[in-house]
Amino acid sequence: MKFLCVVCDEAMKVAEIPSPSSGDALTVVFRCPGCGHQVALLTNPWEAQLVRSLGVAIGGRSAPPAPLELVRATLTEARLLWTEEAERRLERVPEFVRSVVRKSIERYARQQGCREVTPQVIDEAKADMGM
Amino acid sequence: MKTYRDIAGDGGSDVLGQVTERAARMRARMALVARKLAVMSGKGGVGKSVVTVNLAAALAMRGRKVGILDADLNGPSIARMLGIENRRLTVGGAGLVPAVGPFGTRVVSMDLLLSRQGAPVAWDAPALQHRSTWLGALEASALGELLGDTAWGELDFLLIDLPPGPERFPVFDGLFPECDGAIAVTIPSAIAALTVRRSVVLARRCKAGILGAVENMAGYRCPCCGARQALFAEEGESVARTLGVPVLGSIPFDPRIARCADQGVPFVAAHRDTPAARAIVGVVEQIDRTCAGQEASR
Repeated sequence: MKFLCVVCDEAMKVAEIPSPSSGDALTVVFRCPGCGHQVALLTNPWEAQLVRSLGVAIGGRSAPPAPLELVRATLTEARLLWTEEAERRLERVPEFVRSVVRKSIERYARQQGCREVTPQVIDEAKADMGM
Repeated sequence: MKTYRDIAGDGGSDVLGQVTERAARMRARMALVARKLAVMSGKGGVGKSVVTVNLAAALAMRGRKVGILDADLNGPSIARMLGIENRRLTVGGAGLVPAVGPFGTRVVSMDLLLSRQGAPVAWDAPALQHRSTWLGALEASALGELLGDTAWGELDFLLIDLPPGPERFPVFDGLFPECDGAIAVTIPSAIAALTVRRSVVLARRCKAGILGAVENMAGYRCPCCGARQALFAEEGESVARTLGVPVLGSIPFDPRIARCADQGVPFVAAHRDTPAARAIVGVVEQIDRTCAGQEASR
């Protein structure tokens, strides 16, 4: 989708993406580089979801997307993924308590809104549990 | 007044840039995979996933490095059939680390991303009641992530188990231009053949094309008298042969195939000296030969 300033016959540029654009709709302000005229694109919820479903960030990204970023953010009952290093740390825990420890760490990670379990998250969880 | 194509770029929204970047990432991953083959069927219930699992195991038993992507996002079954449904996918520096199944097969499936066994694949989105407008895009993006974000490493074969439906391969071919071809799985029934024929017609229009067809459940050998019996009325003339594509092989029905799938063991490894296992190995040899021939003619 592109926006054209009819008066200047110039392509308009993204000027602002007012937050929150993460709700159920999307707002993007475009500006004509010629005359400075601005228009706002306002989407309805399913148009916004269609854009999100492409797994792109309007306006670009400052860092490359994390692995399975869209799936992990959108899947209702997604399992929290662990990094390889975090899994290796967990393997040091005796097997008979490993699943309990895993659940406790994952509970902490979810409460903190962590995207994945890293060694740092394990340390934080341990500190939180007073270990 | 300028038209859409007169304007370069997308005004700074960078949607095109990100899509292009994702495609480049996928290309880089797939450069390490020698052959990317989709396993498709026009109709559900023909045993496509069981065939995929056994082809993968048979290829791996021949020393090939094999990956499987369970592209049936809503009905994943590959992890269970390989007995690895409790394995965990992890994140490494190079991306998602696939689970390792029998004979070193590397597996990615939605099953392995769900928090509990049997959980439905459901999406959390504000506009759920209008999912018909965006679900297809979301599933295509999810599939792109599963393929492109996974650190498959070097593979001789990546088998992609598609969901059933005649339009699945053409859609996938558009999403995944690196695909080298499709294997069509059918059974010797007239109804299955009708739908598979539609799939084949559509697949022929795709860039990747069809490698060949595998006829599953082709006859049944009586365990008491050893006599071969037909399971379907069409078995007199091979349905696969009427599809107009190379027949990679016919796998006879054996109840142990389903039993092994339920138990998470590849049948081809558990019952090597059976007609069905030998047929699966024959299919794999044919795939190897066909792929080698294609490479030689390039």
